[in-house]
Amino acid sequence: MRARVLIRPKAGILDPQGEAVERALPALGFAGVANVHIGRLVELDVEDPSQNKEMCEKLLANPLVEDYEIVIVE
Amino acid sequence: MKFGVLQFPGSCDELDALQAARKVGDAELIWHGDRDLKGADAIVVPGGFSYGDYLRAGAIARFAPAMESVISFANGGGLVLGICNGFQVLCEARLLPGALLGNTNRRFTFRQVELEVADHNTHFTRACAAAVPGGADERLSIPAKHSWGRYYSSEETLKGIEENGQVVLRYAQGQNFNGSVADIAGVRNEAGNVFGLMPHPEHAVEVLIGGSADGLQIFESMRLSVEGAYV
Repeated sequence: MRARVLIRPKAGILDPQGEAVERALPALGFAGVANVHIGRLVELDVEDPSQNKEMCEKLLANPLVEDYEIVIVE
Repeated sequence: MKFGVLQFPGSCDELDALQAARKVGDAELIWHGDRDLKGADAIVVPGGFSYGDYLRAGAIARFAPAMESVISFANGGGLVLGICNGFQVLCEARLLPGALLGNTNRRFTFRQVELEVADHNTHFTRACAAAVPGGADERLSIPAKHSWGRYYSSEETLKGIEENGQVVLRYAQGQNFNGSVADIAGVRNEAGNVFGLMPHPEHAVEVLIGGSADGLQIFESMRLSVEGAYV
């Protein structure tokens, strides 16, 4: 099956990239945008989904500074 | 004494690290795929962009066969110096606390920085010019060049680091361009044998090039510790 891992910076940690995009959007004429954060997407075919969490903890994310969400894509 | 300088695909500062180490002792490169540390008394994990900084800086290098040996070496008390990308690798390998994040100034920055020696009693700073604590002579002038060098640790971890005296180098007033917490430029592990810093001491070993040889003091400190001059 196909797994999609979304990796986000932990809440409370300064996200300068997110801030840069948050400032760029109004400059382009888009109003009412806030709380922008930039993360990472990893998509992979997995035979054994029980390994997904360990893959995230060990390699795909840095749990000290990132949260991850695993979604199984049909 | 002999330094072992790791070399990953994408490392770029390993040759300068080798040159710097050779001013102080013997040194040899250790290829990432090689588990043999070649009898090194101390290991240097160099700067650069190991594995292209793919996924996260240092995330892949931490699993290299050579790093497996370095982790055992470190757990046995061996001296390990991580410079820039090397610092990132050591944090990813959990040999050092915390993590490195993107610079708050959102720029790749290459500039000389002044560092304050927060602790002279380490294997990496004991040869740093002794002077009145807090005085101007306590500073090291060393170039920094990175876009991903903001040192971060949770409040709880930071408290532990500070209380244990694990902060070794801090950016001097006005020098912290990357937003590192508590101006931390270099930190050691609890046991004191592993040390990482974002600035590049290997690029400050000749006054003729860059105007400062302060970086050499870090390599010299390691030599003193290995050769047992420190009681």
